[in-house]
Amino acid sequence: MALTSDRGWQFRQPSVIPGFGLALGVTLSWLTLIVLIPLSGLAWRSSSLGWQTFWSLAADPRTVHALWISFGCAFLAALVNVVFGVLLAWVLVRYRFPGRRIIDAMVDLPFALPTAVAGIALTTLYAPNGWIGAHLAPLGIKIAFTPWGIVMALIFVGLPFVVRTVQPIMEEIDREVEEAAATLGANRFQTVSRILLPGLLPAVLTGFALALARGVGEYGSVIFIAGNLPYVSEIAPLLIVIRLEEFNYPAATAIAALMLMISFAMLLVINLIQAWSRRRYGYGA
Amino acid sequence: MDVRVKDIRKEFSHLPALENLSLNIRSGELIALLGPSGSGKTTLLRLIAGLESPTRGTIYFGEDDASSKTVQERNIGFVFQHYALFRHMTVLDNVAFGLTIRPAARRPAKAEIRRRALDLLDLVQLSGLEKRYPAQLSGGQRQRVALARAMAVEPNVLLLDEPFGALDAQVRKELRRWLREIHDRTGHTTVFVTHDQDEALELADRVVVMSKGRIEQVGTPDEIYDEPNSPFVYGFIGQSNCLPIRVEAGQIWLEDRLIGLSAPGEADGPAKLFFRPHDIELVDGCGGCLAGIVVQSRRVAGTRHVEVELGAARTRVEIELPPQRAASDGNRIAFRPTRFKLFRD
Repeated sequence: MALTSDRGWQFRQPSVIPGFGLALGVTLSWLTLIVLIPLSGLAWRSSSLGWQTFWSLAADPRTVHALWISFGCAFLAALVNVVFGVLLAWVLVRYRFPGRRIIDAMVDLPFALPTAVAGIALTTLYAPNGWIGAHLAPLGIKIAFTPWGIVMALIFVGLPFVVRTVQPIMEEIDREVEEAAATLGANRFQTVSRILLPGLLPAVLTGFALALARGVGEYGSVIFIAGNLPYVSEIAPLLIVIRLEEFNYPAATAIAALMLMISFAMLLVINLIQAWSRRRYGYGA
Repeated sequence: MDVRVKDIRKEFSHLPALENLSLNIRSGELIALLGPSGSGKTTLLRLIAGLESPTRGTIYFGEDDASSKTVQERNIGFVFQHYALFRHMTVLDNVAFGLTIRPAARRPAKAEIRRRALDLLDLVQLSGLEKRYPAQLSGGQRQRVALARAMAVEPNVLLLDEPFGALDAQVRKELRRWLREIHDRTGHTTVFVTHDQDEALELADRVVVMSKGRIEQVGTPDEIYDEPNSPFVYGFIGQSNCLPIRVEAGQIWLEDRLIGLSAPGEADGPAKLFFRPHDIELVDGCGGCLAGIVVQSRRVAGTRHVEVELGAARTRVEIELPPQRAASDGNRIAFRPTRFKLFRD
């Protein structure tokens, strides 16, 4: 530390690992090609709209509603996934039972399954004449073709993100920390709620962020179960497609740019919270 | 509170880790469990804590049978080698944890908990660091937080599992002295596990030497060092030499020579002679002594360590001489142990 401060600010911290220039060059070119060029195309298109047009397009009630549905449902689904994802990870890490490996493998299925298939399967189940929907209909509960259907589909696609980020951290929990809590008089419930879960918070946040991001962008599974009624169950990605089919490119671009900004802001906030908790608790240090 | 361990046996998947072991720990005593790894010392500590349950036998806390009590009910303080602090809590919250989780009926008021935690931090010389997180402390500071946390619940007995094992030599030495001070001030009955004999001999009122799941010897540091009661303790504690000898008519023979030591009352036959490198006197000429060739001589701080090959079997022993005494390689040297002990196989 003292050495570098003598020389003032440096772009590159001295390191024994060679190939910094090459590695950074390849990384940046790749990132540019895959992420930056498409996104800057979007920014360029929407900036050519002019502020006035952009704002009037963005403030369109149908757009606002679609964005609200997209982010709201993704948020709810991510919350549900946090609760059940942590529980699922806990069961997989802490208990040994026949079929554990099969359940462990099943967690990844939403990654692999074409989302349209998931959407159709869920619709068949939850439609008013489906296996589950038929039992819910007499109770006055409708899931398919309502925003609840969207939440359902997003829970499905987001689950593995929470489980897979929390699981490895849970496996690393030091048994001695639990024993220390027990010697101090803590019962199991206190140990779990006061020691183990708070320790998992950064991983849970990461899982939440990933599930949320995935949910916001999800298209394939949602359009089958949502019913896609404007102002009721229409998601923003679908509205973009609709605008494209109408050759209304400025509107499509505006919605996309808005989604991008909101998503980026949310992920940035979550990342900042994580960085803060890492610094404070020394995780990953 | 005194702790009695009675006829304890502990098996891990049918392999015995402790065999029929009994030990009385007096109230207010600072006692060390010393042994090589695998000797069962940590298992014994965890059994007292209730983190393991014995296969057979009983553990008494005072007059109460604690064997069937859970670890939570035993009210002990446990310090782990790797601190095991709660890293998402501040130092103050760590220390206060044991008090804050008590059921409402036995929980002190918030301000009282805070006061007691701060007092303890003062005792372990960490005042002013109460708002830090464990990640922001050095190893020695973390272990002191762990000790304060363990003492906060006013434990019946304080159990420390290699408390200084993860620290570097300088900090270890400092904490050793400091732990002794804390013990003298608070008077907690304290049991600590260590594989470091200096630590055990310097710190403890009594030392329990363990090997292979058994207690080899229990005694004050002086007794353990001066009167080892088995070849294992002789070899494990301090430096020692072992010579295969023969006893004939109360006289000790090494190969075909009398070495000038007598063992009155000792039955004839082969035995092992143990003596410490510093318990010797040099003799001139040799009518009954140990004589051999110097093969190596090293100066270590205030003494000269000399390795000598004895007899036809060229058994190597090490002796300690004053540094001014020159002993160059290849020279002949003669000496006689002033203190020694015989063990039969």
